[in-house]
Order: sequence, then C-alpha cells, then structure tokens
Amino acid sequence: MALINQAIKYEDPSEVKPPVTSIGIIGWVKKNLFDTWFNSILTLLAIFILWKTVPPFIKWAFVDSLWYSTGAECHKAGGACWSVISKNLRFMIFGFYPHDLQWRPLLAMIMLIGLLFYSRNRNRWNKSLVYAWITGLFVMGLLMRGGLFGLASVETTQWGGLPLTLLLAIFGLTAAYPLGILLALGRQSKLRIIKTLCIIYIELIRGVPLISLLFMSSVVFPLFLPHGVTVNAILRAQAAIIMFTAAYIAEVVRGGLQGMSRGQYEAAESLGLNYYQTMRLVILPQALKIVIPPSVSILISAFKDTSLVVIIALYDLLKTTQSVLSDPKWMGFSAEAYIFIAMIYFLCCFFMSNYSRRLERELNTSN
Amino acid sequence: MNEEQANNLDTIDSDDAIIEIQNVHKWFGDLHVLQDISLTVHRGERIVICGPSGSGKSTLIRCINRLEEHQRGRIIVDGIELTNDIKNIEKIRAEVGMVFQHFNLFPHLTILENLTLGPIWVRKLPRKEAEETAMYYLEKVHIAEQAKKYPGQLSGGQQQRVAIARSLCMKPNVMLFDEPTSALDPEMVKEVLDVMISLAREGMTMIVVSHEMGFAKSVAHRVLFMDYGQILEANTPQEFFENPQHERSKLFISQILY
Ligand SMILES: Nc1ncnc2c1ncn2[C@@H]1O[C@H](COP(=O)(O)OP(=O)(O)OP(=O)(O)O)[C@@H](O)[C@H]1O
Ligand SMILES: [Mg+2]
Repeated sequence: MALINQAIKYEDPSEVKPPVTSIGIIGWVKKNLFDTWFNSILTLLAIFILWKTVPPFIKWAFVDSLWYSTGAECHKAGGACWSVISKNLRFMIFGFYPHDLQWRPLLAMIMLIGLLFYSRNRNRWNKSLVYAWITGLFVMGLLMRGGLFGLASVETTQWGGLPLTLLLAIFGLTAAYPLGILLALGRQSKLRIIKTLCIIYIELIRGVPLISLLFMSSVVFPLFLPHGVTVNAILRAQAAIIMFTAAYIAEVVRGGLQGMSRGQYEAAESLGLNYYQTMRLVILPQALKIVIPPSVSILISAFKDTSLVVIIALYDLLKTTQSVLSDPKWMGFSAEAYIFIAMIYFLCCFFMSNYSRRLERELNTSN
Repeated sequence: MNEEQANNLDTIDSDDAIIEIQNVHKWFGDLHVLQDISLTVHRGERIVICGPSGSGKSTLIRCINRLEEHQRGRIIVDGIELTNDIKNIEKIRAEVGMVFQHFNLFPHLTILENLTLGPIWVRKLPRKEAEETAMYYLEKVHIAEQAKKYPGQLSGGQQQRVAIARSLCMKPNVMLFDEPTSALDPEMVKEVLDVMISLAREGMTMIVVSHEMGFAKSVAHRVLFMDYGQILEANTPQEFFENPQHERSKLFISQILY
C-alpha cells in the first residue's frame, strides 16, 4: 500500500503505467492461467487432456473420415463415417413422407425459419406480422397435408423427421405459454373453485413424467372414446406436450407474479384500470420479463422432450435416425448420426437462449 | 390565519360535500384500525392528516378509493356510495387521484406512457389527445423534457412529480396523497411540495397525509390529528400547531418539531 501511495504522490497519475507483466498476452496468461500454483496445475492438466483428445478426434472426424460412401466402405475405414448422414439424409429429415413430395415439407420449414427470423426484431411486431403468421401457418399446413389446390394429400401418419419435431415443438411451446399464464393467474384467483382447479391441475401434471402423459394420451385416452372415433396421434402427442409444459410455465409465471410489489397493483387500480387491464398492461409485462430466463429453460427442455414421442410410435427426428441405424448396412455408426442430431437440437436451443438474452436486454428499462 | 387562506376558505361551498364518511369502522383481523370515523370533505377543501405511525392515516385515505375495504359505516364519494359493486369502484377510482409514498410508477413504461395509460384505457381517449394532456401536465410539473425516459432514470423527486401528473391526467375531482414526500431526500422535498401547493392554489380538493408543517400551514383548511384509529382533533393549521388541544396532539407536535 505504502508503495502505491508513494507512486501516486510523486508522479503525475497519468504517467503511471501498469507493470509490463499485467498487460499483453503474457500478462493475460499469467493472470488467468498461472496465478496460483493450484491453478497452474489445473491449467497444465487441461492442456494435457486436450492434447490427448483433440488431435485424435480431428483425425477421426476429418482426416480418416468418409463423407459420401457406402456402408461397406465405411466399415473398412477407421475414421468417422459421415456417409451415414449424407446417404440417409432425406429419410432422417423427412421420415416416411412420400419421396417425390418432400419439397413440400422442406418449403414449409424454410418458410417457418424465415418467419421466425423475421420476427426476431421487436419493432416488426405489429398487426401485419400477425397476418403474416396466420397466412404462413395456413400455407405450411397446406404444404404438409395437401389435398387442396391440386396438391396430393399426405396422411399425417406419414409425417416424420425434422418437420414433425419442429411442428410439435413450435405449436407445443406457443400454445403452452399462454395456457401457463392463464393457469398462473387462475392459481392466484380469489375464486375458490378456479384456484383449486388450477392447483390440482398443476400439481397433478407436475407429478407425472411426460412419458406417462404421452402413454396415457395414446393408450388410455382412446379407450374412453366411442367406438370408431379416433383422434390423430400427432394431435394427442401435441396435447400432452402442451398440457405438460403449461404446468411448468404456470409455476414459473406465478413466481414472477409474486415478485411484483403491491404498489404496482394499487397504482394501476387507483387509475381505474380493471382486473384484465391491470394484468395485461401493468403486471404481466413486468412479471413475464422477470421470468424470461427460467421460462426459456423450460421451453428449451420442452423442445428436447418432444423426442419422447418416439415411445408412441411417432417418427420424429430422433426416431428416423434410430431406424437408419438399425439398418444392417449402417449399423455401428451411431456416434456420427447422433452428433449430427445433437447439432440440430443444439442449433435450435442456442437460437432460443440467444434470443431470450437479447429480449431481456431490449426490455431492460432500469438504469 | 393569513389573508390568502381566508380567501381560499371562502371559495368552499359548505353545502357541497364531495366526500362523506359516516361512522366508518375497519378491522385488520382483530386490530381495530378505524374506529367510528366520520368526516365530510367539501369541494375545494384541503385537508392534512397527521398522527403517529400506525394510527390509521393511510388506511383511512385508502378506504376512500377502496384500496382498503371498510366493514361498517358508509363512504360516499361524489354522490356514489362505495359498495361491492365493482363498476362503482372503478368509476370512483377514475375520479379520485392517488399519490403514493413510493411513487409506484410503472417501470416498464416511459414517463409519457405512464401518463397516458389511464386516459387511454379508462377514459378511452384517442392516443393523440391523451398525449397532449400528458404533455400539458408534465409541463406543469416541470418535467416535460423527460417524457421519453423510463422512471428508473429519474430522481425520486422527479418520479413523484410524474406520479402527481399521472393522477392529474385522469382529471380527478379529488387528490389523495399518502406521505408523498417522506421517501424523498430532503433536497427534493421542496420541488414536490411546490407542485402540490400550486395544485392547491387551483382549487383542487386534496386530502394529504403528511407531517410537513409548512405545507399544512400554507394550504390546508383543516388539519386532522389521528391516533388509535380515531380523529382526535380537527382544527385550522394555525390553531392546531400553535395551540393543540388534545394531550396526544401536544406530544406529537413536540416530537415532529424536533
Ligand atoms: N394490510 C394490512 N394487514 C394487516 N394490518 C395492517 C394492514 N395495513 C395496515 N395494517 C395495520 O393497521 C394499522 C394502521 O396502519 P396505517 O398504515 O393506516 O397507519 P399509518 O397511520 O398510515 O402509519 P404510517 O405513518 O406508519 O404510515 C397499523 O397497525 C398497521 O400495522
Ligand atoms: Mg401510512
């Protein structure tokens, strides 16, 4: 301390330079990697592990790998067999969708991604965007299902792969979110019946795993339907996902509502705003903003959980991949295929979490 | 009593009661917070309520716009009785402005949006008109240049002035203030009191819970002293501060003078 004080006392402060060791690359390395002997050991250990793993992985994935070959050639070679993806891409992505009609789900997915990207910017959230989405969803549905305007009809039982995953995820999440908000408001309601119903619903759903909900929707639920009436399997899975996710969203939103001070309610009410206006204009915008991070965690895990629909025999992205791998020609290349699938899931989840952080930043009004 | 006050008193029409509180009781659980309160407030009258902490001052004025519910007696505001009828309550709330100790601005809205929210959604004014009114009142509380900012970017005094303007935008007949300056740093108290004084000069009916003696002396017609849920003394500010009648008022005044 004394030394520092002296330095400041006798030199013009603007001329005091930091010691050389704390700037530049050397300074950074020293400060962040070797500042104590314990950290130095950790750093060396990490370098050793990386040296042992990264070069072999690169050799496997890029040097010795085959990118477009038959399964037999792959079995002979030692490296990664990316051919399992390139040769089976269409089945992995589109499942049993008729081969020569696969441009339709492809176009639908491109539209969807385009719309999502366009909607990223909050300045564009207006009426015409709503119409764009409505039209877009209609066109996408038409492309998938066909049966109108000369498009050949494709039964939903033939839907599969990535379009199915995206369908379940996007409809699941966008429907679950408002439903979850309603449940959270219901749980806070002064009306006893509504409150009790909401609590029972939330606790029941949270008490069972999604798998059992999916099972119930596909096995138990049809038992109650009159003979001959069937509900589409995708629709049932979709309903199960929505119901499940909504319960979790509800609890997170409730946390946000409880975080609001009484003063906000009172200020809104004393202006004469009614309950719905108070909630919509004052309370929810703030409460939902607080719970963006936990909501996004739930949405991300719900997105990944859509892969559980395999157990009710829907061919989502994961299931189509598994069926490729069960083909004797391609058996044994699961690492490659799953890496590919993981990357697709990762991209989607990364987009969500990235977007949520951006939204948080944009909505931040405190200084 | 100085001349200006005498003039102001003359402007009150003593037949024209805007708030009538008759034998009101309120309990929080077993706690009897309002005990048989009766009070008539005339149009244009300005009342300052003071009293020790926990005496029921806030509860009393919060009953006037039904932020709290009274359990016995009647409260009539501008001819409408406060009952469980939610429509009546919303109507009264739109007529009665309320300013809180902690401002309670909406942090996610800009200052301008804070001011236009009520007029647009409750009064159903077109946005443009609501914004013009809002700018007029922001001008009045000397803060127009901050219209595009968010509450979190303003000082406490500025926020409280915005809160007053927000209430005024609803064109209320009565303004309630619950300790509007007690959460403020001392140097900001004056700017808020100045706004309130100018509001008083324009003849607004005001009920102010406050311990600001100077404010009470310069604008109040009556000072009410509350303790234990009762109004123990009601008098002109001069009389009340210089010559308190009740044991407790004497004690209280000697304490706030310190
Ligand atoms: N929501 C509530 N539930 C239970 N008790 C309450 C509630 N609000 C107020 N009280 C109690 O009622 C009494 C009167 O409260 P009130 O806020 O009206 O006092 P006050 O005169 O405004 O005091 P202060 O000067 O501290 O603001 C206090 O004892 C308080 O603890
Ligand atoms: Mg109080």
